[in-house]
Amino acid sequence: MATRSKRAPLLFRPLPRGSRLLKHLLLIGFGLIMLYPLLWMISSSLKPEELIFREPGLWPSAVTLENYTEGWTALKHSFGYYLWNSAVITGLSIVANLVACSLAAYAFARLNFPLKKLWFAIMLGSIMLPHHVTVVPQYIVFAELDWINTIWPLVVPKFLATDAFFIFLMVQFIRTLPRELDEAAAIDGAGYWRVFGQIILPLCMPALATTGIFTFIWTWNDFFSQNLYLTNSDNLTVAVALRQFLDSSGESSWGPMFAMSIVSLGPIFGFFLAGQKYLIRGVATTGLK
Amino acid sequence: MSESISVPQERAPVTARVPAQPPGRRRRHPQVNVHRRREALTAYVFLAPWFIGLLVITVGPILASLYLSFTDYSLLEEAKWVGLGNYTEMFFADTRFLTSLKVTTIYVVVSVPMQLAFALGLALALDRGLRGLPFYRSIYYLPSLLGGSVAIAILWRKIFGTDGLVNGLLAMIGIEGTGWVSDPDTALGTLILLHVWTFGAPMVIFLAGLRQIPQSYYEAASVDGASRLRQFRSITLPLLTPIIFFNLVLEVIKSFQSFTQSFIVSGGGGGPVDSTLFYTLYLYLKGFKSYEMGYAAAMAWVLLLIIAGLTGVNFLASKYWVFYGDTK
Repeated sequence: MATRSKRAPLLFRPLPRGSRLLKHLLLIGFGLIMLYPLLWMISSSLKPEELIFREPGLWPSAVTLENYTEGWTALKHSFGYYLWNSAVITGLSIVANLVACSLAAYAFARLNFPLKKLWFAIMLGSIMLPHHVTVVPQYIVFAELDWINTIWPLVVPKFLATDAFFIFLMVQFIRTLPRELDEAAAIDGAGYWRVFGQIILPLCMPALATTGIFTFIWTWNDFFSQNLYLTNSDNLTVAVALRQFLDSSGESSWGPMFAMSIVSLGPIFGFFLAGQKYLIRGVATTGLK
Repeated sequence: MSESISVPQERAPVTARVPAQPPGRRRRHPQVNVHRRREALTAYVFLAPWFIGLLVITVGPILASLYLSFTDYSLLEEAKWVGLGNYTEMFFADTRFLTSLKVTTIYVVVSVPMQLAFALGLALALDRGLRGLPFYRSIYYLPSLLGGSVAIAILWRKIFGTDGLVNGLLAMIGIEGTGWVSDPDTALGTLILLHVWTFGAPMVIFLAGLRQIPQSYYEAASVDGASRLRQFRSITLPLLTPIIFFNLVLEVIKSFQSFTQSFIVSGGGGGPVDSTLFYTLYLYLKGFKSYEMGYAAAMAWVLLLIIAGLTGVNFLASKYWVFYGDTK
């Protein structure tokens, strides 16, 4: 061991203890600066209104839950109502992406069909396509269908596998699974659907988890579409409701607004903690946000 | 130690499969044909939702939006053909459009390199046997997840407000700050900072890229007496250029389309004095506030061309600085 470390290349030679400690201190310090705004928001949401402006520090000198109770009921409906609206849209989007994208991914990864390369290229191209190029005609069609102020414009496209990112993610994953498994099942008489349902899907769990978590975060955070299609005060989602907060309360009631902002970030943070492994892997392999 | 670094392995082709047909007009066995047709049919069934989506949600609207871009259309009246009118208005008459283009360009050109520099710097600091790597990685990655949300945009507005956190901290050291988001000189800067703050996602990609560099290269360089800096310049940086390129393309495309931050921080109008009027925000105001949908469609097409152009330029330029290992 001793000779090894002596010959270890310069870049990996362990730093002396002092500078290792310094490095950790710097990294922690930098992390603290990064997270300071978030921590400050949490602490501010627990302070009485008048203290928020006066205290840039993190430790609240007086703690109250008033902001939360006030914020929860500040809009037309209670905040739980908007959370539920967001949850419905997000839940349906997750199901839609899992089903539609895994179907398409299986075909691209495992089946042969005419023009496969062309379709695959088109699929990849559609990932890069800015949403704005299609949004105006989409809006017109959805307005014709009388779908404005319903959840359909937000959910139906996902059932049609328009989040092609996830098709790509799953294709990449399925390609790493040994084909021998498919072939063995086929020899035992399993058709394509069975191979898909009983071999591929169960092995795809990591990719499905990544898809589910990212769909959750993107849909939950999505402001552009929800703001566009949901304008009636009875079907706002969390993102749009928060914005109404900003408009209605102006610059006055920051406490309740911070409190509800924290509430809105809670689920994302929860998914982040639960699914970190899949998130990091998803980002590393495909460059998802 | 060195075994722990995984090198991606191409899966060996499955030899049991039928070898490729030799060229020529040999007739295939009829059963093979039936089998192939069945497979193709199944594939199209699996792809059916995607095909419908491609047609109805993507290709159809793209073409419709191209048509609309040559018209005046407001949802209520029939579309009126105006030829290139929308496009000429944009570039020769509409100063707000040019402003939005300028603001967005500054945003992209300043924030993306800064963000990537932070991402690379921290990825290098975290690489190779650092204790607590998952912990640091999570902390630095978290802002990337939250950065696009309304809640964070609201927070930003408050942090950089006249009586916000930043001015509070500045006051402690005796400096009097300005209203960062209400001052046209600094408002865009706060949005740039918000984008830089979300460097975690490219950082994770850099970390994955760094792992792919074989350790033996460093060992060899070290034996030859190369310094750390030299190793970075001659090994790490060249081998990482494909990842840098990938991040660059991705972030440019993404940041050119930023919307939520500018919408919330500016209060929906792109102010103060249009200093945060992002391209997509102006498109939204045109199309869905004043219902000039033909004009918005034209803007969308210009956006598509800009993004395609930027990506193309990136790819062309990549020949001069991206190192793929197989080219001498």
